[in-house]
Amino acid sequence: MSWHTIRTIYAKELRDTLRDRRTLISTIILPTFLMPVLLFGVAKATTTIVTKAKEEIPRVMVINGGDSPGIRAELEKGGRFRLEDATADWKTLISEKKVRAAVDIPAGFEKALDAGLAPAITLYDYQGELKSGLAVERLDDFFTGLRERATARLLAAKGLPATLARPFEVNFRNVAAPEKVGGNFLGGIVPYLVILLCLIGCMYPAIDLTAGEKERGTLETLLCSPASRTDIVLGKFLMVLTGSLSAVGFSLLSLVGSLLVAGALVSPGMASSIGRGAAMPTISPFGILGVVAMVVPTAVLFSAVAFTTSLFAKSVKEAQSYLTPLVFIVIIPCGVGLLPGIDLTLRLALVPVANISLVCKEMLSGVWHWGYIALIFGSTAVYAAAALAVAVRMFRRENVLFRT
Amino acid sequence: MIEARLLTKVFHEGKRGEIRGTDSISFTVEPGRIYGLLGANGAGKTTTLRMIATLLKPTGGTATVAGHDVVREPDKVRACVGFLAASTALYARLTAREIITFFGRLNGMAEPALRARIRTLADELEMHEFLDRRCEKLSTGMKQKTSIARTLVHDPQVMIFDEPTLGLDVMTARSIVRFVRDCRGRGKTVIYSTHVMSEAEKLCDVIGIIHGGALRAEGTLAELRALTGENDLEDCFVKIVDPGAAA
Repeated sequence: MSWHTIRTIYAKELRDTLRDRRTLISTIILPTFLMPVLLFGVAKATTTIVTKAKEEIPRVMVINGGDSPGIRAELEKGGRFRLEDATADWKTLISEKKVRAAVDIPAGFEKALDAGLAPAITLYDYQGELKSGLAVERLDDFFTGLRERATARLLAAKGLPATLARPFEVNFRNVAAPEKVGGNFLGGIVPYLVILLCLIGCMYPAIDLTAGEKERGTLETLLCSPASRTDIVLGKFLMVLTGSLSAVGFSLLSLVGSLLVAGALVSPGMASSIGRGAAMPTISPFGILGVVAMVVPTAVLFSAVAFTTSLFAKSVKEAQSYLTPLVFIVIIPCGVGLLPGIDLTLRLALVPVANISLVCKEMLSGVWHWGYIALIFGSTAVYAAAALAVAVRMFRRENVLFRT
Repeated sequence: MIEARLLTKVFHEGKRGEIRGTDSISFTVEPGRIYGLLGANGAGKTTTLRMIATLLKPTGGTATVAGHDVVREPDKVRACVGFLAASTALYARLTAREIITFFGRLNGMAEPALRARIRTLADELEMHEFLDRRCEKLSTGMKQKTSIARTLVHDPQVMIFDEPTLGLDVMTARSIVRFVRDCRGRGKTVIYSTHVMSEAEKLCDVIGIIHGGALRAEGTLAELRALTGENDLEDCFVKIVDPGAAA
């Protein structure tokens, strides 16, 4: 093995790759813009959509309720609803999103209420539809208030205190530090994106440096040189690894930058006005460093697997079709970190990708299980070394290199 | 000098089973001579040359190139060989200078010597005009010159040409033929594979006729004519590879 040769091949591959627009998109541009787009773009879009939905005065149909004019008048008060008598096709109108919800006020509702009977109100919505859900939520608020007022009135009429129906209150207080709240918020999604970018970053260079070179006829030119096969594979592999680590590096830098910008833009006053626990998410720098450390063996593993897989292909198109399933193979265990209630266990600590996703989530929320961290780092390094050994072995096989 | 001794290559191809690419091929090429390997497509020319250039490992037999064994010392063999084939392309995103420099470095050349060598090659091949232009922007002729410079950068003793004029226009093909002759003039050992009879006739000192993976006949043009009783090389070739068809 000659370091001079490996360095020469790596330097050439780096220069070549930096001139390839498609690789730059997957290793630098996409990772850099993905985080701010997700943090600001998606958050902004969601806020706008929800605000607009909340501002809308929902069109609500009233089924029956003709003998309860008081209730109807109260519903109309304040202009919170646009009430209409229900037509025969009210369900269709809700499905077609022309009407947001319907309320069924049974006959004799007001009289039954005064008599202390328990009449039932039925609310109809289109489950899963935001505006319909908000309309029903508003109706539920109204009828909950109405029920509380009726309870208080009935109790007062019997000379009983209002606390009889509400003997105690429940309060909520957050004890988690802001960075832990942020870590929990971002802890699932950041490792997911980082692991995915780690794979995406190495895919194009792997294809280009193996199947791409076979297709263009440059691999044979290189094989004619005195460089040994091991030196060639290591030089090329280092370039693939650089692609993977660049994608991770740029995405994390972009995440830190986005959080800093977001922190500067959102003052504490603004944040608290948004609502309970709505401080801007922050992540500890140690958490980020932890993610970087754990991602290195993962990048080696992905790069070696992507390199070996593409090496089998004789064209770029064929390599792409081999690597596409790999994305799905990674996405599934990677998504474990996004699932609520899944904790790191000894068994999960040995499952590639899932272990990284879970341990990164913990580190970003400030939890450091050193035993698991060492086990996951070690096992991933072993998997990575094995994958690299396979890549070197495959590069020595004539039927792989000269497959026609 | 190249000395091939019983070079055999067997490929294992799944359902098709064993395929004999070459079978016990032996020949010798002296320095300052051009050995032509003449054969139809699929005859075993490329497999033979790839074994000599150490791209493929022989299943049986061996060869020595400039005194180095292709099986035991493949790195040393490649260091003294310049290999030019239709299938050895250039890196499109690199400039001609970058490509020549890259291969010079892989051959262990020191930077000052490499710079001087590139200047010499650029003078000889008239490459100065496009030396710093990316290969994707070069014409076919310019690309061929760059490929030639790439094979010559380390001044190898042995030159292997595998159908180097395949798909080239007349002018570019002529410049390649001129270059091969020039290699002989400089005392290099040259092996040249082709299926173009006129090229073999014009260039080669010794011609080996290969068919079905085996070397069917070998000799100078005059010897092949005497052997077959034919005057035209194409007729000689047909008579050797398929005596039934020639009759």
